Amino acid sequence: MIIASNVSKQFGKLKALDNVSVTCRKGECIALIGPNGSGKTTLIKSILGMVVPDSGFITFNEKNILHDWKYREQIGYMPQIGRYPDNMTIGHVLDMMKDIRSKTLSIDEDLIKAFGLNDLMHKRMRTLSGGTTQKVSAALAFLFNPSVLILDEPTAGLDPVASEIFKEKIISEKQKGKLVLITSHVLSDLDDLITQVIYMQDGQLRFHKTIEELRNDTGEEKLSKAIANVMIKN
Amino acid sequence: MTDILRNRIVLAYTVFLLITSFSVFSLEDNNSKGLLSFLNVILIVVPLVSIIFSTIYVYNSAEFIELLVSQPLKRKSIWLSLFTGLASSLSLAFFIGAGIPILLYQTNAIGFMMIGIGILLSIIFVAIAMLAAVQTRDKAKGIGIAILLWLYFSLLFDGLVLFLLFQFADYPLEKPMIAISALNPIDLGRILILLQLDVSAMMGYTGAIFKDFFGTYIGGIFSFTVLLLWIGIPVFFSTRKFNRKDL
Repeated sequence: MIIASNVSKQFGKLKALDNVSVTCRKGECIALIGPNGSGKTTLIKSILGMVVPDSGFITFNEKNILHDWKYREQIGYMPQIGRYPDNMTIGHVLDMMKDIRSKTLSIDEDLIKAFGLNDLMHKRMRTLSGGTTQKVSAALAFLFNPSVLILDEPTAGLDPVASEIFKEKIISEKQKGKLVLITSHVLSDLDDLITQVIYMQDGQLRFHKTIEELRNDTGEEKLSKAIANVMIKN
Repeated sequence: MTDILRNRIVLAYTVFLLITSFSVFSLEDNNSKGLLSFLNVILIVVPLVSIIFSTIYVYNSAEFIELLVSQPLKRKSIWLSLFTGLASSLSLAFFIGAGIPILLYQTNAIGFMMIGIGILLSIIFVAIAMLAAVQTRDKAKGIGIAILLWLYFSLLFDGLVLFLLFQFADYPLEKPMIAISALNPIDLGRILILLQLDVSAMMGYTGAIFKDFFGTYIGGIFSFTVLLLWIGIPVFFSTRKFNRKDL
């Protein structure tokens, strides 16, 4: 579904992405893992068209995403830090997003209900805690039933209950054949979610393996241990 | 848009304009004298508030703009709606704060001219602020650029013009002065209003030339086109820059 070919991006002297090629298919749940500053967020932003690569190209459903914007209808994105206009209420933000994506017919309000956001609709974004803002971001990403979900550090800041609800939602979406891309440093959260692992370091893609391959290669059952194993070897 | 209108700073700005305008008009027994004092307030405060508020607003909504960019929207329409939102709410604030008192005390051509210039200046400085904000990611730097621009347009530019006038005092500078005044929207606004007030007689020969030019139909059209250009050109360049920017 998403194919990145030889994507490179440089910010000043820093090589954020160095010749990265990835192929993501439907029904996969991919974890993007790597140390801080390894280029995970830049890769995600390139897929979303927020960062334009210096060289290489990215296709979405066999179409180049450069200068295109319609393909984003099929993507739900949850940013690492969500900040919304201070004086808007949760209800306003949701309405505005619905307005932007008016073409989408099926609306998925499961997360809004599960997080209990319905009771907070009239609250202003300024007054919300970090976790609640994160819940709004999550609900927005899933709201329009997109076929691709891109989640940047989704569980940071969520309480254990919300985080469980969120994981169940991801699993159920994955079973519907959607592509899910997650970055996270909380590896224990990812264990029962993901099918594949992409490991990045210094802007380079070190490996892209299924979770079984990774377990076999490292001999570790837990993802956190397997990754620690890889990191030490590098 | 509603977000901006609810913003405390915009509310305070409206109230401030209301208070100054009413006090200026009731202090002076002659309404056109009041208008003249109020003119100076407008020419300093309106650009300052517009440029600083818009710059800070753009920086504070950086993450939200990022989220909007990840939605199926053209970047151009995101940027232009941000501009429309800022420009219309600051114009509305100006209209309520300054326009209504002016209409109450001075319902004539001068009053209308002043409201028009005030609204145009608000929009122009929103456009300039957005151009400044799109150039750099660093908030402090961006606000610094905005303040410098305001300083340039309201103080430094006049100083430069005076300097030029003294250096070239032996040459006939009246006609080039018209062209130079087009380089600063605040000056252009001041000239347009002063000419309506008939105090241009006190400005000597240059004033007469100004009156000759700006007082005419063509001069009026020229100055409004220039003011519109002051909106259009910054908006065009900032949109182009935003289209190619990495967020």
